[in-house]
Amino acid sequence: MSATLDAAAPVKLVGQPLKRREDPRLITGAGAFLDDVRLPGLCHLGVVRSPYGHARILGIDTTRAAAMPGVLGVFTGDDFLDLNPLPCAWQAGKVQNNVNTPRVLAVGEVHHVGDPVAVVVAETPSQAVDAAEAIDVEYEELPVVVDARRATEPGAPQLHENAPNNVVLRWSCGKEAAEVDAALAAAEVRIDQPIVNQRLLPTPMDTRGSIGRYDPGTGEYTLWATSQAPHVMRLLIAAFVMGVPEQNIRVIAPDVGGGFGQKIFLYFDMPLVLALSKKLGGRPVKFYEDRSENYLSATHGRDHLTDVAIGATRDGQITALKVDTHANLGGYLSTIAPGIPTTLYARMIAGCYKIPNIRVDVTGVYTNTAMVDAYRGAGRPEAAFVIERVCDLVADATGLDPAEVRRRNFIQPSDFPYDTGIGMLPYDSGNYEPTLDRALELVGYDDLKAEQAARRARGDRKLLGIGLSSYVEVCGVAPSKWIGLPGEGWGAGLWESANVKVHLTGKVVVTTGTLPHGQGHETTFAQLVADELGVPYDDIQVRHSDTLGTPFGFGSYGSRSLSVGGTAIYKSVAKVREKAKRLAAHMLEAAPEDIVWEDGKAHVRGAPASLKTLGEIALQASVAYDLPEGMEPYLDETTYYDPPNCTFPFGTHVCVVEIDRETGAVEPVRYVAVDDVGNVVNPLIVDGQIHGGIAQGLAQALYEAAVYSDDGELVTGTLNDYAIPKASMVPTYELDRTVTPSPTNPMGVKGAGEAGTIASTPAVANAVIDAVSHLGVRHLDMPLTPERVWRAMRDAERSDPGVAAAAD
Amino acid sequence: MADTMAAPAKVAITLTVNGEQRTGQVEPRTLLVHFLREGLGLTGAHVGCDTSQCGSCVVELNGASVKSCTVLAVQADGAEVLTIEGLGRDGAYHPIQEGFWEKHGLQCGYCTPGMIMSAYGLLKRNPDPSEDEIRHALDGNLCRCTGYQNIVRSIQYAAQLMKDGPTAPVATSAD
Repeated sequence: MSATLDAAAPVKLVGQPLKRREDPRLITGAGAFLDDVRLPGLCHLGVVRSPYGHARILGIDTTRAAAMPGVLGVFTGDDFLDLNPLPCAWQAGKVQNNVNTPRVLAVGEVHHVGDPVAVVVAETPSQAVDAAEAIDVEYEELPVVVDARRATEPGAPQLHENAPNNVVLRWSCGKEAAEVDAALAAAEVRIDQPIVNQRLLPTPMDTRGSIGRYDPGTGEYTLWATSQAPHVMRLLIAAFVMGVPEQNIRVIAPDVGGGFGQKIFLYFDMPLVLALSKKLGGRPVKFYEDRSENYLSATHGRDHLTDVAIGATRDGQITALKVDTHANLGGYLSTIAPGIPTTLYARMIAGCYKIPNIRVDVTGVYTNTAMVDAYRGAGRPEAAFVIERVCDLVADATGLDPAEVRRRNFIQPSDFPYDTGIGMLPYDSGNYEPTLDRALELVGYDDLKAEQAARRARGDRKLLGIGLSSYVEVCGVAPSKWIGLPGEGWGAGLWESANVKVHLTGKVVVTTGTLPHGQGHETTFAQLVADELGVPYDDIQVRHSDTLGTPFGFGSYGSRSLSVGGTAIYKSVAKVREKAKRLAAHMLEAAPEDIVWEDGKAHVRGAPASLKTLGEIALQASVAYDLPEGMEPYLDETTYYDPPNCTFPFGTHVCVVEIDRETGAVEPVRYVAVDDVGNVVNPLIVDGQIHGGIAQGLAQALYEAAVYSDDGELVTGTLNDYAIPKASMVPTYELDRTVTPSPTNPMGVKGAGEAGTIASTPAVANAVIDAVSHLGVRHLDMPLTPERVWRAMRDAERSDPGVAAAAD
Repeated sequence: MADTMAAPAKVAITLTVNGEQRTGQVEPRTLLVHFLREGLGLTGAHVGCDTSQCGSCVVELNGASVKSCTVLAVQADGAEVLTIEGLGRDGAYHPIQEGFWEKHGLQCGYCTPGMIMSAYGLLKRNPDPSEDEIRHALDGNLCRCTGYQNIVRSIQYAAQLMKDGPTAPVATSAD
């Protein structure tokens, strides 16, 4: 049951919906996820976590636990003072003197519910859990603050001595505040709106985990981890936390069951299981979160409190935008947390629009909550939500159609590359209006508007709402000289590498520093190589996810695998091809410049019968007794590729909702998405990425919210309380695309992993608000639960519609 | 108090899993999913939650779909269990597995064994389900990657395949 392709056919594979070569193992139960890894002598970690949002640890009594059956050891933070706190790699906003990151186990104080305090290692998982429950920790409770704005106010509880008022960073971009204030004051239309982007739980179905094994013979460590970035984990653990030589650690990401950003980061357990394995003489030690642990202490997403001031003309031109955001970063800084609300949020706030006066102020804040870091879209969903609400607010204030407001403000095709003037790299290419036109056509916009009006006039029970979202996002991160800038970027590169090797039998092995956690790299990359090298798809193997045997890579996130990692492969293939041509010229006794490469064969120009196959050339390169003077044996090429720019996918999504006037229940009934992700290698996979992205973004609009009580308890601590959508809660997605190739990379690709999530949240929220806008509702905060929508309708109907702005 | 209890006595169980008789010694509190995974090495059923929401662990127990995290292993004593590993026959995929492959019904694959087993139960009860019936039949299974549309298409494809029989032509176009 291999691929269904005719290996001999010279058909191009790029652009074809090949079914995935990853799937056979996954549909038969033969996948090997972290929890499926079996090692001899494996023992298990049980974690004691803080039940308090903020407390001083007065004492830990481990004596009862240590005597429990199967217990191999009990450890607290004091046992790991030789390990450094986890690093925060992206210290944007001049975060310098107030970095507070977790240690492998808390020492002295805990800063959120779920903060790990002590661990037990035992023979079985249940023994580890039993013993962990027998550890007695004495705490002195301290005052708690969970709200980012409240945390910065005078008198608020203080989390860290080095961060007065709990401020991590104060950062701004765009014009001087006075200049934007003047533009706002001069505007014909002025709108002010508070906007909440609620906290979310990323919820990969496979929770986080790690297995550490120390080899006492060699002094080497192996870490299996649910990671989106194994090479980076190795670097951070070796150089920053443990102080062991990098080459003494090997990191393997097994099959990873979804990541959505949460698995980019370094977590306490990764160095901990390595250190524990060493303490236990080399027995492998395993940690695998249960869902509650994942919710309590793996990273969360979003959580912005924003005030927006908008200036516009009466004909809908947005002239000024002033945004002030408090970004909740949690009790400590996660690996790249400060970069999300700054570079990836604030610098994308202009969206698809030409706005002459922009100012964004961001305050990053510590609170007694789990750490917040990148979650699918990472800053861009928050930005898209702001600017797409802005468009609808302008439409409402000017009486223009929301589609028309977007049209009047779009960056035009002739403007690219386009600099928004707020410190983002120039948008590479774009043509926004056709995505809007096509989306409106597909959904039947005019008919729906008429239907909406008719239902309102009839007083129907089911209200209709139509919501638009035109988005642009930044993908393919990133040029090192931009992302690495100290004080702004993360002080390191963001290039990718790839090796392409042709074995002497003509079989091709591709190794890449990027890795999949559901995106189908093995398929997509093989399609790419098959075309570029002209070898059969089935002869290409794509290897990844193991620092031993793959060249360094920064990992998969930011929709970068294809545009950055794929380009590294593309360039390595080109090098292989060039070397193969030189060798073929030698074999065919022709001049290299006379060799033509076609369908995996080299022939002499004008003499197609005089040819050598890649297999013949690879064999010659390998046996190596007859090579051109100075040529090294083997076809084996590596590329380190640093992209010259990011890529900027875009599109327009339209959501149609029905709202029950009696109950407030929202049903998403239609969903149209027209995306432009540049050239597409595998449309089946790209459409799947868009589908899943839409579902996640729609879920933020309608269903999901991570809620902390005022005393720091995570109220939504299980899947019983946190409402990720079921199959019956999402609509059918109607997809189309336009293709505007990216000039950034030779394949013209942009990236598709996050687009759906970025676009869909505002489309759905705008649809719900549109449905009740005739009642005078201007804005609602998410999630748009039946209760919230019902209250908004009731409050609006009770008050004068003219003044019922911002119900809720 | 857990720490004052003696280690619980183990109980012998015998059950038929994927057509083979298997035996094991389990603690009374051992869940079926843990017995399958740890005791028998059948790691296809996954654990994605601790509150019986996610359905990644669905198997068939005496002909009915169950969440194997919600059944004690001792309750399965004497039972017939079918897991994802036993679904294909003679090296061939079951039509539902074919459907998930053909229609890109999985991305990360973690929820997939449970999804396929739930679909198996559905198509036994209702060989010709509507889209709405499929979506509601999956209410006990969570997927975070696909947005469900291709899972629905996969099950529709499988239903058609099972209706047409194994020799029916197979459409390959993507939605």
